[in-house]
Amino acid sequence: MKNRRNRILAAPYVGWMAVFVVIPLFLVVLYAFGFDSKEGFTLGNFTQIHQYAGIFANSFVLALFATAICLLLGYPAAYFLAREVPAVRRLATIIIMLPMWMNFLLRTYSWMSLLENTGLINRFLRAIHFFDLFGPEKGYFTMINTPGAVVLGMVYNFLPFMILPIFSVIDKIDNRVIEAAQDLGADSVTVFSRIIFPLSLPGVLSGITMVFIPSVSTFVISKLLGGGKTILLGDLIDMQFYGSTYNPHLGSAISLVMMVLVMAAMALMNRFGAGEEEAMLF
Amino acid sequence: MAKELIRLSDCVMKFDDDIILDHINLYINNKEFLTLLGPSGCGKTTTLRIIGGFQTPTSGDVFFDGKRINDVPPHKRKINTVFQKYALFTHMNIFENVAFGLRIAKVPWDELKQRVEEALALVNLAGYGKRSVDSLSGGQQQRVAIARAIVNRPQVLLLDEPLGALDLKLRKDMQVELKRIQQQVGITFIYVTHDQEEALTMSDTIVVMNQGRIQQIGTPTDIYNEPKNAFVADFIGESNIIDGVMLSDGVVRMYGKKFQCLDSGFSPNEPVDVVIRPEDIDIVSPDQGQIHGVVTEVTFKGVHYDIIVDFKGFKWLIQTSDYSPVGAYIGVKIDPDGFHIMKKSQYSGQFGDYSSYSAEYDELNEEPGEQEAGDEE
Repeated sequence: MKNRRNRILAAPYVGWMAVFVVIPLFLVVLYAFGFDSKEGFTLGNFTQIHQYAGIFANSFVLALFATAICLLLGYPAAYFLAREVPAVRRLATIIIMLPMWMNFLLRTYSWMSLLENTGLINRFLRAIHFFDLFGPEKGYFTMINTPGAVVLGMVYNFLPFMILPIFSVIDKIDNRVIEAAQDLGADSVTVFSRIIFPLSLPGVLSGITMVFIPSVSTFVISKLLGGGKTILLGDLIDMQFYGSTYNPHLGSAISLVMMVLVMAAMALMNRFGAGEEEAMLF
Repeated sequence: MAKELIRLSDCVMKFDDDIILDHINLYINNKEFLTLLGPSGCGKTTTLRIIGGFQTPTSGDVFFDGKRINDVPPHKRKINTVFQKYALFTHMNIFENVAFGLRIAKVPWDELKQRVEEALALVNLAGYGKRSVDSLSGGQQQRVAIARAIVNRPQVLLLDEPLGALDLKLRKDMQVELKRIQQQVGITFIYVTHDQEEALTMSDTIVVMNQGRIQQIGTPTDIYNEPKNAFVADFIGESNIIDGVMLSDGVVRMYGKKFQCLDSGFSPNEPVDVVIRPEDIDIVSPDQGQIHGVVTEVTFKGVHYDIIVDFKGFKWLIQTSDYSPVGAYIGVKIDPDGFHIMKKSQYSGQFGDYSSYSAEYDELNEEPGEQEAGDEE
C-alpha cells in the first residue's frame, strides 16, 4: 500500500529526471561518439581533446583554489555559527542566504563594476591618494580580467554551499559527546581535532562537492570577470554550441570527459574521506 | 577507612529565577557507592554535573580531596562520567572509544592496549574492540561507556541514569554488574536515578532529593525503615501515612486508639505522621483486630496480593499472601516494630493515602527514561 503510494508520489520527479536529465545525457553520449553523423561511431572527437589540456588544467586549478578558499572561510564560519544562540544563528543564516535571493548574473555584474579599472574600488583608492605611494604613473590596480577575479567570483557565489552543509552537520553533533570528550581529558583543541572535525567530515565532503562542481564547469563567471582571457571548460563547451567554433560533437565529448574527471575526483575524495576516518581509528 | 573525598558546601544553583539547588551540603566518602535519588527536576542531575565540572554553582563551593575545584574544568578533574544515552564516539570503533582518555594522556601503546583490553573484559566485552558502535545493543553500548570511563582509573565515576534506556530485565542484570564493577575497581561511584529500587539495590548511601533540597541521607535500610518525612516514605517503597499523636515514648494514638510502637523522643502530645509499610500489616479476624475496615480492591501481584482496605475513609495498602475478598470486613494487627513515627513536615498530608490507588500504580509502571525537564540546562 504505502510502497505503491510512494511510487505514485515519486512519479512526477522520476518522469522529469528521465525527460530532462537522463535523455539529454544519453544524447550527449550519442553526439560525443558521433552516432548521428554519416561516418557513424567514432572516437575522433575524443582524440582532439588533448589540445585543450591546458584549459582542463586551468579549470581544475582555479576550481580547486576556489574550493580551498571556500573551505578555509566557510568551516570556521559554520563552526562558530553552530555554537551561537538561536537568534544569532537565524540572523547569520539569513545574511549568508541573502545574496542568493538576487540573480546570479546580476551579482556577478556588480562585481564587474567593483573590480573594473575605473570601478568603485579603484576610484575609492584614488580618492584617498593610495596610488601616490606607487609613483605618478600608477593609476589603478588591474583586478578585472584576471584569474584572481574569476576565483573571487567563484568563492563569492558558492561560499554558502560550503557553509550550510558543514553548519548543519556540526549543529547535529550531540553536546553530550563533546562533554564526554572533555570528561575524558580532552581540552578544546583536542575536542575539535578528535571529535568535532571527524564528525563534521560528511558536511565538509558535501560542501567541497557543492563548490567544486559548479566552479569547475562555470562559464558565466569566467566570461564576465575573466574577460575572455581566462578560458575555462565551461567557456570551451559553450563555444562549441553557441560560439564561433560551432561543433556540438566536440562539445559533447568535452562535456563527457569533464564529467568523468569530476566524478573520478569526487570518488577519490570520498575514498580519502573514508580513509581519514580509518586513519582516526588506527 | 571512610575518608572524605568530595564535599559540596552550601551549593546553590539558579537558572534565571528558578532555584534548582537550594543550599546543598553533602560529603561523599572514598570508595562509596552513593546514589542521588529523586523525581524529575529534583536537582540530582545538576548536582552530578556540578561534581563533574559541567556546571558551576551560582554560590557555594565544591571540594575534591580538600581542594576547592569550582573553577577546575572537566578535563582536569580526576572524575569520569558515564552519560545518559552513552554519548559514545560513533566515528571510532569500540577499542578507540575506550582508548580515548588514555590516548589523550599519552599512555604508551603496550600499556594502553593492555588497559583497554582489561576494561573491556571487566564489562564482559572482551574481543569487541574492532566492532563499530552501531553494531552493539543498548546494553553493550552502556558497558562500553562504563569501560571508557573506568579505563582512566578515575577516583570517582559519575553515572547519570545510565540504565534508563534499557529494558527491565537488562536493567536488573546491569545493577548487579555495576555493583560488582564498583567493588572490583574499588572507586567512588556517584549514581543518579529516579528508580528507588535501583537505589536500594546498589547503594551504600542514598541521598533523597526533592525540589532542590536534600530530604534524607542514609543507608538503604535507614531510608526504607526510618524515613524522615512523608515525601521520603512515599518515594521509597509503598507507605501508608496516617495522622497521629505521640502520647508518650512508645505510645502513639491514631483512629482514637492507642498503639504500641518503638519510637521515642517526641514531646508529649506532639502531632506526628505514622508510617506503616504495607508488608508490616497482618490481616486477622475482626474480633482480634486492633482496627477494622472493609476491603475495596484486591490485585494479584504474584508473590502477594495488593489489598486496599478502607479504614474510616482513609484507604490503606496491605501486602499479604492471604486472600481476602472485596467487601470483607476485616481486622488488622500491627506489631510495635511495624510503626515508624515521623515529625510533621511540609509534605504531611500529601502522601500515603491509597484512595487513588490504581492511578498511582499506573504512574509507577510508567516507562522510565524520559528527560529530566527541570534538570536540563
